[in-house]
Parts: sequence; structure tokens; C-alpha cells
Amino acid sequence: MTVLDARVMGTSVRRVEGPDKVTGTARYAADQPVDAPLHLHPVQATVARGRITGLDTGAARAVPGVVGILTPDDAPRLADLGDPELRVLQHHEIHHRGQYVAAVLAETPEVAREAAGLVVVTVAEEPQVTAFDEHSPARHPAATLANYAPPTSGIVDPDAALDAAAVTVRATYTTPVQHHSPMEPHATVAAWDGDHVVLYESSQGVAGARDTVAALFGLGEDDVEVASPHVGGGFGAKGSLHAGTVLTVLAARTVPGRAVKRALSRREMFETVGHRPATVQHLALGATADGRLEAITHDVVASTARIEEFGEPTATGTRAMYAAPHRRTSHDLVPLDVDPPTYMRAPGEAPGSFGLECAMDELAVALGLDPIELRVRNEPEVHPESGVPFSTRNLVACLRRGAERFGWSARPPQPRASLVDGWWHGTGVAAATFPAIRFPGSTAVIRFRHGRYEVEIGATDIGQGARTVLTQIAADALGVPTDRIEVAIGDTALPRGTVAGGSSGTASWGSTISEAADRFRDKWGDDPEEGAEADAATPDNPWAGELSMAAYGAQFAEVAVHADTGEIRVPRLLGVYAAGRILNPTLARSQFLGGMVWGLSMALHERSVVDPRFGHVVNHDLAGYHIAAHADVREMTAEWIDEDDPYVNPMGSKGIGEIGIVGTAAAIANAAYHATGVRRRELPLM
Amino acid sequence: MRPFTYARPDDAEAAVATVGADPGAVFLAGGTNLLDHLKLGVATPSSVVDLGRVTSTAITELDDGGDGDGDGDGDGAARSSTTRSGLRIGAGALNSDVAAHPLVRRRYPALAQALLAGASGQLRNMATTGGNLLQRTRCVYFADTTTPCTKRDLTQPCSAREGWTRYHAILGASEHCLATHPSDMAVALVALDATVQVLGADGTRTLPVAELHRLPGDDPTHDTVLRHGELITAVDLPASPIAARSAYRKVRDRASYAFALVSVAAALGVREGTVADVRIALGGVAPKPWRATRAEDALRGAPATDESYRAAARAELADADPVESPLGGNRFKLDLVVGALTDTLRRLTEEQHS
Repeated sequence: MTVLDARVMGTSVRRVEGPDKVTGTARYAADQPVDAPLHLHPVQATVARGRITGLDTGAARAVPGVVGILTPDDAPRLADLGDPELRVLQHHEIHHRGQYVAAVLAETPEVAREAAGLVVVTVAEEPQVTAFDEHSPARHPAATLANYAPPTSGIVDPDAALDAAAVTVRATYTTPVQHHSPMEPHATVAAWDGDHVVLYESSQGVAGARDTVAALFGLGEDDVEVASPHVGGGFGAKGSLHAGTVLTVLAARTVPGRAVKRALSRREMFETVGHRPATVQHLALGATADGRLEAITHDVVASTARIEEFGEPTATGTRAMYAAPHRRTSHDLVPLDVDPPTYMRAPGEAPGSFGLECAMDELAVALGLDPIELRVRNEPEVHPESGVPFSTRNLVACLRRGAERFGWSARPPQPRASLVDGWWHGTGVAAATFPAIRFPGSTAVIRFRHGRYEVEIGATDIGQGARTVLTQIAADALGVPTDRIEVAIGDTALPRGTVAGGSSGTASWGSTISEAADRFRDKWGDDPEEGAEADAATPDNPWAGELSMAAYGAQFAEVAVHADTGEIRVPRLLGVYAAGRILNPTLARSQFLGGMVWGLSMALHERSVVDPRFGHVVNHDLAGYHIAAHADVREMTAEWIDEDDPYVNPMGSKGIGEIGIVGTAAAIANAAYHATGVRRRELPLM
Repeated sequence: MRPFTYARPDDAEAAVATVGADPGAVFLAGGTNLLDHLKLGVATPSSVVDLGRVTSTAITELDDGGDGDGDGDGDGAARSSTTRSGLRIGAGALNSDVAAHPLVRRRYPALAQALLAGASGQLRNMATTGGNLLQRTRCVYFADTTTPCTKRDLTQPCSAREGWTRYHAILGASEHCLATHPSDMAVALVALDATVQVLGADGTRTLPVAELHRLPGDDPTHDTVLRHGELITAVDLPASPIAARSAYRKVRDRASYAFALVSVAAALGVREGTVADVRIALGGVAPKPWRATRAEDALRGAPATDESYRAAARAELADADPVESPLGGNRFKLDLVVGALTDTLRRLTEEQHS
């Protein structure tokens, strides 16, 4: 594998579609102009578990403007893909509150909504469980984890080592259910023409959306077209299709020749598109008196859905962080009558780092050791579980750089040492990691036309800047300036691209484009003829399995806690990252800061309150589900160290979409402890 | 669809007559709360009467007919000073305009601070003074027509009592409702002894803001004592020297754009280390803006110290009835009231020393 010469990569090329977005001309899924679309409004279950025994649609059908009503009795049949979430209107069972049980198609959204409200659903209610309790009798070991890692890992005898250790910290940390709720809700425009359907979809991956729709309706892949030209945030919620999209496509099937347009309401964003499950994390760290870890155990219980298991990979990050001869991670699940959890920014690492990195802070206190020094003393030479070397690992460099930037040396070692104008101040630190992932399965085509290079790949720009960064990569791979590159993404008419998820996009698509560019130049040289073309599939990484590849980071927080009221503010956050080559500093800073803001939100605000009597999230809008407001986001700095990693991919880059959230909540919780001397182990802290 | 008629009368009398003639009619001012409720199905009016041409947006110095020193004793003390006359705020005055008004900021800082602590800039640019007083609770069960709520429907049980009560009342609630009144502005007005001018079919009446809102008792459906069709036309702030030494402190789950967990509006006069006079109202703790008369009584003549402030808060909370709930309860508000009130009064004390 050759590493590209960076000429444009590493510079802050302006966002390609920036002018379209700021002038309001960028069209998101629901903005797409279609001729005389119909509108859909769902009927949703108001119990969490039961069976539909009757659906009276008479009054709804009588509303002028109603075009059709779909129920489980008459909706078109779908293939069973083994994913219960996608079996929309295929049966009479209710698996979660908010589940779609019918839908109205009408000439206007208002008529559809009015008629949907007139559908009378009779339900035989069954006992439901929606309160998460780690002691539930239904608790069981996870069969799988969402990142495909083994659910358990263990080396030697950690329990004995913990008992024998000079200093042992045992503590339990909890994180609540959280929801993504991107600014743009899930939206679908679907139009059928015979056995051919065209979708505008707010999706993190057009290919996956096409595959799912084709399989559900028994169509060939050429008979499903999906376009996602612009996406207003996904964060995992749009990584795979959810019931709302299926419902819209299903409804459109009944009105061939007419488009159906549907954007989810904000409340549906808390009901039908997944969430981050709740976790209870039992941590135990045993160390020698001089702070060398002897044992690490991280045993997790998380919520999942009864109908579909989702194993939040909470403790898999712990497997990579610190050296210790004795270790164990495990994941148990408690099934609930809720919609299935899904990937949410840094699935696993985000909640798991809260447990591990707070426990490390508690161990540092117990040892009387600086928390940075504790981490440095336990820096592994090789991956602590697999034993393979790291491609690059610059966690210690991040901690050192951050300490210098943050003024860590002035930190009083004891907590509750600084009271300024009625606020207790403290500082905290946490480490972060996120794996450097490259998904196979993309194809890129490069074509030379009218003096420019057209680069086609079915990638998706969900706001992270894919269109821009792929332009930079193509320019350097082809050895031309960016104004000779035209990148086309976000459409199944283009060669297949993998999902914008797992912080993998740039690595996966960029490696593919780089490979295609190599072939193009091999075939056509640097003075190609009109119409010259080459393509390539994502190359395998020869180092996969030989090396452990991941980004690392250090999060620093200053926290102020009001002495009278306990209000928590975060006047300063600093994140220092080692993530290979940073391809576009402006876009990267935005990614890092976005993750850190979310980590701040997670630390102080975010909690989906599930009322177990009703089975739904009762704070199901952005007034009730708090995220950090501008006033919460104070001085924030993201920076990175130069890291030259020739093993990860031709760009030398590691994914940066998720690591910003990892460890941030722990740094804030640790700083809150340092400010007050009070240890809080539950999120949110406020 | 829920059809309703829409009217935009030209004067207040017509607005009052129009609403009064239809039991299902509502007034529409800034719409920042009502329009949400229309969309959510919480409000289903048969007619909507827009006050856009009706209510005054003016903020004027008040020839209040009183003696001007706000103590109601008729001695006319300090009448000569223009800083001692009251203010009339038209019911249509926007929250942002009231908050920015120089006389409000100078004479009634707690009111300006309370307004700025509420909502967002965009909402304050729409929300009116009258509408702010009449906004409804943000109880999540009230705002969700799929969960039973006695405030929406007297025949339904209260879902909050055994549910998520973080934002709910610890004072003044009943078994039927423990929703809090969400307004910040109203808390400041109650502390500042403001009154509302009300126009009804039978003419005008004046009502202390402290008596505008009612406790739920057996009927939580009515938030205020206003009769159907009565319209708030203005809010009057009495002249009050102590109001210039007032402050509003809001404790909430994030630094901005959230409703109060607990809020305090207070005005304090300290003479030689002793509390000479004090006004206190609490928000986020009761179904109405809560005038803390017990705390005030405990403080008059007491040393201006943290100990006094804490004791006064505890006196106010003597009858507090926090809720224990599987979803967390609201017992934490007891300590929070003590902390927030102490912090607020301490700062007012320090300002008078400096």
C-alpha cells in the first residue's frame, strides 16, 4: 500500500456544498419537488404490548381527501427478512408503544392526520415491561454485539487478581436511554412505477436502503433507486432503514404513479428510529501500590428490545485501553417491550468510556496518583487482549500535550480545593479511543470528460463533509487540483458505496477512490483522452489482523459546581486527538467539537425518560429532551497531534466522526468530583 | 381537521364580546404556547380571536392613583422622584421589549432578568406580556393526549403523580394535579406586587398578579380566576423603591432554554445588617407563582445572614409535600429552594454593601 502525497489533503478546502446549504438551495429528502404528492399519516400503538383485535376505518375513510388506508389486514405483503422492525403492517402483534398499526394516505398532510385520528384501534393488551432493571429475570448474556466483537472476553483469573491486588476499586456506573434526533427527521419520498420504485431518503447509506427495500418487496436491485443528496444528520439513526420508511414505501405501492411524501414528527423520532440503550456497568480495577493494573473487569448489563436483540458493545473499548494481565469484559442484556435500540454515535465507546474512565479516576484517587500518570503507567506495548502491535498509538502524547495546553500542572491534587465566587471548580481528564475501520464493498469510477475528472461513488454526506474530503483525496490521488475534480455521491445510480457510519466513510470511500485513481493513471497516464475511465473496488488492507488500528484522544474538562444549588457548568473543554492525517482541518475541528458538545450533553443533560406505565419516552420532544444549549457550550478547543500512520489506508487517516464524544462525559464527571469531592456515577449528572 | 373560526377584531371590547359569546373560543396573542397546543391536540378551540390589533404594546409611566411610594399608606412619600412612579405594561408588549426597556431594567431588574431567563430570543420576540401570564403548564402528561391528565379532562386521572415529576410542584398541589406554572415573568411580577387590568363583559377590574392564578384543588382545568372572555389588557407595576434592588435567579437543567426547576424573584432592603424589607416569590415549585410570605415574615427584622436566609426558606417549605416517584421524584427541590433563595438574597445583600 502506498501512501498518497498530500498536496490538497491536510488543507481546509471549503465545504463543496456550503453555498447551497447556507442559501437554502440544498434539497433534503422532503424538499424534493415531486408532482402532486400524497401525504401519509400513521396510526400508532398506544400500548407497549398486545394484539390488535379490531381496526375501524369507517370514519377515517369518510374524510374528504382520503385516498387510502392501510392496515395489517390489507397492506401489501413484504418478505420476512428476519428483522421484526421491518415487518410493518404484516401482523397484528404490538411490540412497542408507537408502533405503526395503520396509515392514512391523503391529498394533504392535514387530511391524513385528521383521518388517522379517526381510526379506531381495538387492542387486547398484554403485560409489558419497559422499565430497565439489571436484576430482571429475563436478563441473559448477549448473543452478539453490534460491532461484531465477541460478547465476552477474558484472560487468566481477574477475580482472584482483584482480591489479591494492593488497591482495588469496584464501582457501578449507569447511563440512561438516549436518542439521536438529528435536526432533519427521517424523511422519505417514494414513487412506484409498476415494479420500479424511486426514493428520496434521508439515509446514511443509499445502497443499504436500496438493498433493504428490494429484498422487502422482492425486487431486483435495478428496480429500486435511492437518492440521498443531502442529509441533515444521522448519527446512527439513519444507518439502516426503520419502520417509517417501510411504511411510506408500502403505502406508495398502493398508489402507483403517485409519489408519497412523509417526514417523521419529532415525537416519532423518540418512538420508531432507535436509541442508545441504557447501561449498568460494573467496573473493578486492581492495581499494585505503584499504580500498575493487575486486573480489569467491565461487566455490563444493557437494555434491548424483546423483538430484536441489539448488543450495545459497551465494554469492547476497555479491551484495548490499558495493560493488565488479568481481565474480563462481559455483556448481558435485558429485553424490554420497546422499539429496537440502534447505533448511536460511538456505540459502545460512548457509554463504556464513562464507566472505565471514571473508574480510572477513582483508582488514581485511591492510589494518590495523578490520573494522567496512572494512565501513562498502564500504557500497553501491544494490544492488551489480542497481543498484536499497534499501527500507531499516541494516547500518551495526547495526554501530555493536553496537560500542557490545559495547565494541568497547576491542578491541586486534592478535591474541593477551589471555591470562586460561589462555584467549586475542578478539572478532570479521560482517555478516548475509536477503532480505525475500513468497510469493504465500495466501488469507485473515475471518468475523464471535458477536461475534468468525474469521480462517482455511492457515498453519503451526512454533514460530515464527505463530498469535500473525497474531492481532496481524488485530487491528490490523481495529482490534479480540486477544480478538476467533480465528485458525485448519494445516489444508487452511482457505483455502490458503503454506509456513512462507524467513522469509516473517509477510509472506505477514500481507499476505493485512491485505488481507482491508481488504475486510471496506470491505464491512461496523466494526459487521458476524453471518456477515459477506470474503476476499482475497495482494496483490502494487507495489515488488517496484523496490526491494531485505532484513533486515540485525551479529553480535559474544567467544571464549576454551584455551592448552593449544585448547578454544573463546564467553562472549558479541551480534546487532543491522534487520528492519523487530518485531511481537512476545518471539517475535522467541526467533527471533534461536535462530538465533544454531544459528550457535554451526555454528561449534563441527555436522558430519555421512559414511563414504565405507558412504555414510552415522555420527554419526547426537544423541549423535554435536553441537549446542551449555546449557553452550556463555553470555551471548547479541539486539536490534534501529527500522526504518520502508513498502515491504515492510502490517506494515512483514521476516522474522526465519533471519537470526540468518547471520554468527554467521564472527563466532566471526574472534574465534577475534583470540584466537589462528591463522586456521581450516574448520567446525566444534573 | 378541527375547524375553527378566526377573528381579528379592532378593539378590546369586540374581542371580549366575541370570545364571551362562544364557550369554545380562545384569545390568540403571540401564539408561542397556543399554537403548539393546537398542533398537539391539547387545545381544540371552536374559535380563535386574534389580539393583534387589540392590546397595547406600550410601556408607560403610571399615574397609578396611589401615593407612589408603593407602601399603600397614602403618605405620598418620595412622590417627587420620578424613579418612584409605577409602570404600565400593555398586554401586547413583547417579552423582549419589556426586558430591554430602560425603566424596567432600572426600577424592576428582577422583571427584566426573569424575562431574559425565559424561552429563547425568537420566542421572546413573539410572546406577549398577557400571553406569558396565561401560558399553560409544560407537564409532559398534559402535553401528550395519549396520557391521562386531569388538567386536560376532569374525568381523567393525573398521570404525573406516579410519573416523571422533576418539574412538578412541592407546594400547593392537589391529588388531582401537581403541574407547575411555567412563567418566569409571573414570578417576578408576584414578588413586585404587580396587578393586572382585566376587561370583561361587565367592565374592567384590577387583580393582583398573586391572585390571578389559582391552585388546582378539585378542578385543575382552570389555571386562573379569570372568567371566560375576560381579557388582560395591562400589567401595572407599583412604584416601589425596594424593587430597584431586586433579582431573579433561575435554576434549571441547562444554562439556557429550559423551564425552572426552582426560581426565585426577590427584592431586599437591608439596614445596618438587618433585613428592613423583603419580597420573595418562587417559581417551579407550585401550580402558581408562589409568594413566599412565610419566608418574608421570618426575614423582616432578622439579621441579613445566610443563616437567616436558610431558615426563611425552610419556614416557607414547612408544608412542602414532595413526590417520591419511581422516575425520580422531586424531593431535591427542598434543598434547591434553600440554596437558590440563600444565593439570591446573599447577592442582593452584597450589592447593598458595595
